[in-house]
Amino acid sequence: MLYSKTVMEHFRNPRNVGIIDNPDGMGEVGNPLCGDMMTIYLKIKDDNIEDIKFQTFGCGSAIAVSSMLTEIVMGKSIEDAKKVTNKDVAKALEGLPKNKMHCSNLGADALHLAIKDYEDNKAGIKRPEPRGETEKHEHKDGEKCFCPYCDAALSEDFSFCNACQADLDEQH
Amino acid sequence: MTIVNLDHMSTNQLLPEVQKAMIEAVKKNYGNPSSQNAGGEETLGMIEKARASVAGLINCENKKEVVFTSGGTESINHGIKGVAFANSDRGKHIVTTNIEHNAVSKSIKRLSQLGYTVTSVSVNDKGMVDPADIAKAITDETILVSVMHSNNEIGTIQPIEEIAKITQEKKIILHSDAVDSVGVVPIDVQKLGVDLLSFASNTYYGPTGVGGLYVRRGVRIWPIMDGGIQEQNKRAGTENIFGIIGMGVAADLAVKNMDKRITHMKKISNFLVKELPNYIDEYHLNGDPAKGLPNLVSFAIKYIEGESIVLMLEDDGYIVSTRSACATGSLRASHVLMSIGLDHADAQGTLVVTPGIENTKDDIIGFLSALKNIVKTLRDISPLYKKTQ
Repeated sequence: MLYSKTVMEHFRNPRNVGIIDNPDGMGEVGNPLCGDMMTIYLKIKDDNIEDIKFQTFGCGSAIAVSSMLTEIVMGKSIEDAKKVTNKDVAKALEGLPKNKMHCSNLGADALHLAIKDYEDNKAGIKRPEPRGETEKHEHKDGEKCFCPYCDAALSEDFSFCNACQADLDEQH
Repeated sequence: MTIVNLDHMSTNQLLPEVQKAMIEAVKKNYGNPSSQNAGGEETLGMIEKARASVAGLINCENKKEVVFTSGGTESINHGIKGVAFANSDRGKHIVTTNIEHNAVSKSIKRLSQLGYTVTSVSVNDKGMVDPADIAKAITDETILVSVMHSNNEIGTIQPIEEIAKITQEKKIILHSDAVDSVGVVPIDVQKLGVDLLSFASNTYYGPTGVGGLYVRRGVRIWPIMDGGIQEQNKRAGTENIFGIIGMGVAADLAVKNMDKRITHMKKISNFLVKELPNYIDEYHLNGDPAKGLPNLVSFAIKYIEGESIVLMLEDDGYIVSTRSACATGSLRASHVLMSIGLDHADAQGTLVVTPGIENTKDDIIGFLSALKNIVKTLRDISPLYKKTQ
């Protein structure tokens, strides 16, 4: 089995699925090109997360990540929720396959966007248009991809592994 | 829990006759076929018997036109690279299609790193190549045309006979990847008019790790494995004796039972296509089920992702395949599905169901019932579903 028991358990019985009508904050990440899309909805009361729901299009790990994230931050204060990272979610799931780490592990990113949306709303900043599909496979600062064949960290050129000379343009 | 395998394209269980022949050979036929002693000669005899069986399956003019390999991928690599190397003095241009298996497209890509040029022809929305497009792509420099016989993701069967007429007239070598066709549908290399044909034993209930390359007599081809003079000096290395023996027995059974198997496969596949709308909505059938492989149904389920569907189905006891990026470890949706015009999300939600000889209509009903619940669960989670409702 590719996934840990905890991942499979959350995948088969995802918690907090759905939409919150008129959410106080909403965050959306990913696109179908990469195979994963995630939307987080927040209901905030006294700067605490009173309710959180998610919708996800994606693989087993993406769904498990969303579910676990909602469980971790439910009832937390906004400040504590901001500190939750993608790594924390992966750890709570007893790990994710290496090649799923940055493609599917988007839960905290969606949460942080939702919190920003809430704070922007509060400050009277207009909600931006949802992001369109991008053709690019994006990497944030410090985030790394790994060669699926030899596990070496990839340099800037994600289409080729210098370590094992593998051509990766469709694989990584 | 009983596991129902609906992913026979990945691999098949060995038939009892195949198992028996292989186990007997493991015990007895360990002699090296290249050794001139009694044990070696007996093994050599068994390999030649298997060669005759396999040659019969694809109707070779001469059984020596069959080269045993380690499977479909090696056959394809050998066919394409071996011809490209041996004929580079005549030209360095290769024509292929946009929906080939990676074994073909990557072999050709590798050759392009060595100075070969490539023209890749597109297909229509059913995944069909127009032979006229192949003719247009051919130049004075073209030495090889490689077009798959049937597609492993959508089942489309290509007009190889028509393409062969073009290549024969222009004296260009034609290779066809028939890994998903040989042993499933009747293949006659003489009637097809191909020069090279790749195939694998596990497609038709033989062992994995063994396959064949048909090389029409007179075709200029280099070995890819250099060394001894095994396989008519085309593929060096001591033969995979037990695999080849199993492949031969499976070939005899495929010839004997071909009509019966096709009738059964069509019955199961047609039943699945007919029942599908009673269980799920908003899906798209890929390829042309009526004209494609009898043992393959491919469909894209809207708003949900393939790996999730396959994982949940497995949990419920049903094995099927998907071509989603997540499941294949790739970041991109299948090039085949994109080539027939699917958008990214639909390509990610494609299932490939390949029933086998042991499957029944009850298996299909069980699969569809499980699928119905899974589609509902995943659509309830999906943000794409919400947006279109």
